[in-house]
Amino acid sequence: MTTQTLLDRFRNGLWYENPGLVQLLGLCPLLAVTSTFVNGLGLGIATLCVLVVSNGLVSSTRSWIRREIRIPIYVLIIASLVTCTELIFKAWFPDLDRSLGIFIPLIVTNCAIVARAEIFASRNPVGPSIIDGLVMGSGFALLLMAIGAFRELVAMGWLLAVLPPGAFFSLALAIAAKNWIDQR
Amino acid sequence: MTDAPVIRGGVTLATIAAICTALVAVTFELTDDRIEANAQAWLEQSLLPVLAGVSFDSGISEDRLIVPAPHELPGNDDAVIYRVYAGDAAAAALFVITARDGYSGPIRLLVGIDANGAVTGLSVLEHRETPGLGDGIELPDWTRQFVGRSLGNPVSSGWKIRGDGGEFDQLTGASVTPRAVVKAVRETLEYFAANSATVFATTPDPEKVTQ
Repeated sequence: MTTQTLLDRFRNGLWYENPGLVQLLGLCPLLAVTSTFVNGLGLGIATLCVLVVSNGLVSSTRSWIRREIRIPIYVLIIASLVTCTELIFKAWFPDLDRSLGIFIPLIVTNCAIVARAEIFASRNPVGPSIIDGLVMGSGFALLLMAIGAFRELVAMGWLLAVLPPGAFFSLALAIAAKNWIDQR
Repeated sequence: MTDAPVIRGGVTLATIAAICTALVAVTFELTDDRIEANAQAWLEQSLLPVLAGVSFDSGISEDRLIVPAPHELPGNDDAVIYRVYAGDAAAAALFVITARDGYSGPIRLLVGIDANGAVTGLSVLEHRETPGLGDGIELPDWTRQFVGRSLGNPVSSGWKIRGDGGEFDQLTGASVTPRAVVKAVRETLEYFAANSATVFATTPDPEKVTQ
């Protein structure tokens, strides 16, 4: 892969096809945990790790898995990876685990992960699939961090920002800002 | 053979399932000790706030009594009781118990009871209740209502949530969770009342009680 296509990929994952801003995938965790920057960072990193490894595994098994059973295989792979991630968080980042709570196991239901497995990893070699996971995961993680930071800052003057409605307002503002920048 | 693809698919699924299970099992083995240690550290950190208003001079996590299952306390596992003293007199007991009838999974609680049988504090150690609804039991605003309560205050018919005709606040949209917690605290008080001699019994080495 040339540097040019690699750069294109990054531009796509972080901006033009950002899983949260454009594809609007994985909104449940995005809205629920972004009350602080640290929570956004924690869930962002956990999602990124799961996405990279699941893309790698789905891609490396793609040649000997029949199309009919691919979805249960994705579910198996993703669920095991998320369970491992949860155990690792509990062991090494107990404070973060306590504040993220149920949302670490809920990464399983993040459709951004199964979407990348289906759209990209099941049709491409291992290398590009891992890069795709890295790029899409970073796009998602950066958005989580940005919204987390934004809500935490705004909450100093306007408490609603850290309450659930604030999550909807912040995401709407982020999408509006992206569209505005694109249209200029 | 029309069956062949089906069988091949089944074998692939079974193989992947076995590999994934092995992966989870290995991770569990590697993290188990640390997770246990973290839970213990968190528990010891939570002990002090539960003892608000009690004066004692013994070390807080030194004197531990393990009540082997089965017992009358909430939960099916061995229950752990930490005891603190003021001089030679028993000051308070801290019960680590598990409410089994929450909305989603066990709720691990820490209940402090002083020598007179009044609750000194309540802390929720671990739970999987719905975020935004049942997880309100974690909040100090909710747990505070138990402080100073005892078996006579309110009388037994009042040891329920308001929706059931009792005296304890429930949470909007979640009554199963607070109901389970209120019941667990009441059962702990009843156990304490019936067994206060055992709870504060002096054993030469409390850790040995398990054997």
